[in-house]
Amino acid sequence: MDQVAELLVLTLAAGTPLVFAALGELVTEKSGVLNLGVEGMMLVGAVTSFMVAATTGSPWLGVGAGMLAGAALSLVFAVLTLSLMANQVATGLALSLFGIGLSAFVGLGYVSIVIEGIAPLGVPGLSDLPLVGKLLFGHNPLVYLSLALFAAIRWFLYRTRPGLILRAVGENPQSAHAIGFPVVRIRYLAVMFGGACAGIGGAYLAVAYTPLWTEGMTAGRGWIALALVVFATWRPWRVLAGAYLFGGVTLATFQAQALGVTVPSQLLAMLPYLATIVVLAIISRDATAIRLNAPASLGRPFHPGL
Amino acid sequence: MRIRLEPRPEPSRLAGWLSPLIAAAATLVVGFVLFSALGKDPWQAFHVFFIKPVSTLYGVGELLLKAGPLMLCAVGLSVGYRANVWNIGAEGQLTMGAIFAGGIALAFHESTSALVLPLMIVAGAAGGMAWAAIPALLRTRFNANEILVSLMLVYVATYTLSFLVHGPWRDPEGFNFPQSTMFGDAALLPNLLPETRLNAGILLPLAAVAVGWVFVSRSLAGYQMRVAGLAPAAANYVGISAPRTVWIGMLAGGACAGIAGVNEIAGPLGQLQPTASPGYGFAAIIVAFVGRLHPVGILFASLLMSLLYLGGESAQMGLALPSAVTGLFQGALLFFLLASDVFIDYRPRFGGRRRAARR
Repeated sequence: MDQVAELLVLTLAAGTPLVFAALGELVTEKSGVLNLGVEGMMLVGAVTSFMVAATTGSPWLGVGAGMLAGAALSLVFAVLTLSLMANQVATGLALSLFGIGLSAFVGLGYVSIVIEGIAPLGVPGLSDLPLVGKLLFGHNPLVYLSLALFAAIRWFLYRTRPGLILRAVGENPQSAHAIGFPVVRIRYLAVMFGGACAGIGGAYLAVAYTPLWTEGMTAGRGWIALALVVFATWRPWRVLAGAYLFGGVTLATFQAQALGVTVPSQLLAMLPYLATIVVLAIISRDATAIRLNAPASLGRPFHPGL
Repeated sequence: MRIRLEPRPEPSRLAGWLSPLIAAAATLVVGFVLFSALGKDPWQAFHVFFIKPVSTLYGVGELLLKAGPLMLCAVGLSVGYRANVWNIGAEGQLTMGAIFAGGIALAFHESTSALVLPLMIVAGAAGGMAWAAIPALLRTRFNANEILVSLMLVYVATYTLSFLVHGPWRDPEGFNFPQSTMFGDAALLPNLLPETRLNAGILLPLAAVAVGWVFVSRSLAGYQMRVAGLAPAAANYVGISAPRTVWIGMLAGGACAGIAGVNEIAGPLGQLQPTASPGYGFAAIIVAFVGRLHPVGILFASLLMSLLYLGGESAQMGLALPSAVTGLFQGALLFFLLASDVFIDYRPRFGGRRRAARR
C-alpha cells in the first residue's frame, strides 16, 4: 500500500507543471483570449527561475522571478493582440518560438549547473504516518500551492463578481463594453495572470521537479496544457483531473523502463503525446459541447471603437 | 497627446508591403542593441552576422541550401494559413518525409538506377502527407484542434526517427553511432555548383514557389481557400466545403514539408540521423508570415531567414556568441511583423486629449 501512496505522490508531482500552466491558460481563455505561447512562457519562467536560484541560492526567489518573467512575456502578447489587434494564433505561435529561442540563449551558461532545489515537504512525525502520511504531508510545497491556486481560481470564477465580469467579457465583449466594463484592461490582466501561472509551472520544473536547466526542458508540456483546457471543456476541476492523468501517463513511461520493459524508450516517450491526440479527438467529437462550453468570443479581436 | 487607432475603410496594400521591411529594420535595431549590450562592437557584429557568411561563393551556396527547405515548408504552410487552417507541425511532416524517403534509400542501397531519387521524392511527399492527414482527419471527423494535433505529432515523428536510427536502421558498421549507413550515390542529389554544397534540390522549392503562385493567383481552389479564410460564413453560404479546405491546406503543407525532408537527407546529411532538421519546420511558420503568405514574398523571406541561420553559426565562430541567438532574432522578427501589421487595417491618429466621438 505504501507503494500506491508513493505512486500517487509521484503522479501529482509529474502533473503539477500542467496544473499551473493549464489553470493560467484557462483564466486567459475565459476572458476570450487564446494565448498559444504557453510553451514559450513556461520555458522563460523555467530558465529565469533557475538563473535566479543559481545566483542567489534561493529557489523560492527563483519561483517568484519565474512568475514575473512569464507575466512579462505575456505582456508582449497582450500588447500585440489587445492593443494592436494582431492575430492571436499567429502572435501566440510567435511567443512560443521567441520564448524557446530566448530561454536557450540566456540559459546557455547554466546548463550543467547543479542547484539546491525546493525539496518535498517533510513534517516531522506526520509524514511518516502509514498510508496517509506521504499522501497528505509528503508533497513538494509547490504542489500544495498549485492546489491552492485551483481552489482560488474556482472560487474566483464562479463565486465572485469580478469572476463573473471576466466570464462576461469572454462570452460577449461588446455587451460587457456597452455596460461599461473595461474589456481591454480585464483581458490584459487575464493574459498576464496566465503568463504568471505558466512561469510558475516552468519554475516548478526547473527548481523543484528536476531541478536543473536544459534547453527545451518543458518538452511540449505547454502545448499539452493548451490541449488540457479543451479536454476540460474550460472547467477547473477537469483541468486538475486531466493534468494528473497526464502526470500518470508520463510517470508510467518512466516506471515501465525502470521495471525493465523491453519496449524501446523512444516508443514509450511518445505515449503522452499520443494520449493527448486520442483524448483530444474523443472530447472534441461532441462539437456541441465544445461550442457551448468554450468562451464565445475566444480568439476574436475586440476593438472598443467599433 | 494620445495615439488612437482608427479602422481603415479598406486594408492598405502599401502597409502590407512595408510591414516586413519595417519588421526587418526593427529586428536589426534590436540586434544592434543586443550586440552592444553583450560588449561586442555592433558594426563588426553585423559584418560577422550578415555580410561575412555570404561573402564567398561557398557561403552563397549555403544560403540557398538552407533557404530551400524553409521555402518549401513555408509555401506549403501558407496554402493552409490563408484559409485559417493552422498546420504548425511542418517539422514533424518534414521528419516523416525524411523517414519515408530514407527507407527507400536504404532499401535500394545497392541500386544505381536513376529512379531511386524520384522515388524518394514521391515517398517523402507521401510521408509528409500521411502525417498531415492525421490532423486533417481528426479535425474534419472529430472536430479536434489541428494546431494541437499537428504539434503533438512533431514529437511522435521525432521519436520515431530516433527509434529507427537507434534500432532497426542503425548502420551495423557505424561504431554504434545512432545513424543509418551513408546513402548510395543514386540516392543523393547531384551537385549544382562546384565548390559549394548547393545541390539540385534547390529546384524543388523554386518549383513549389511557381506552383504555389499559380495556385494562389490563378486557380479556383486557391481563390476558394482565400474566401474561406477571409469570410468563413460567406464561404459556407456559397458552398465552399470546409472539410475540403482543411484537407487541401493540410496536405499541401504535408507534401511540401515531406519533400523538404528529402532535400535534407539526400542533400547535406546523406544519411538518416536522429534529427532531420534544425527546426526548419518551425522557422518556416515565421517565413510564411514574413512573406505575407504569398509564394514570391516567401522566396525572399526564406533567404532572410536562411541568412539568420548562417549568421548565428558565423557569430558562434567569429564572436563567441551562442548560435541560439538565431532563435531570438527569428522570434523578434515575427513580433515586429505582427506589430507593424496593425497599420494594414488601422490608421494611427495623433492628437486630441479627449477621446473623439465614436463612429
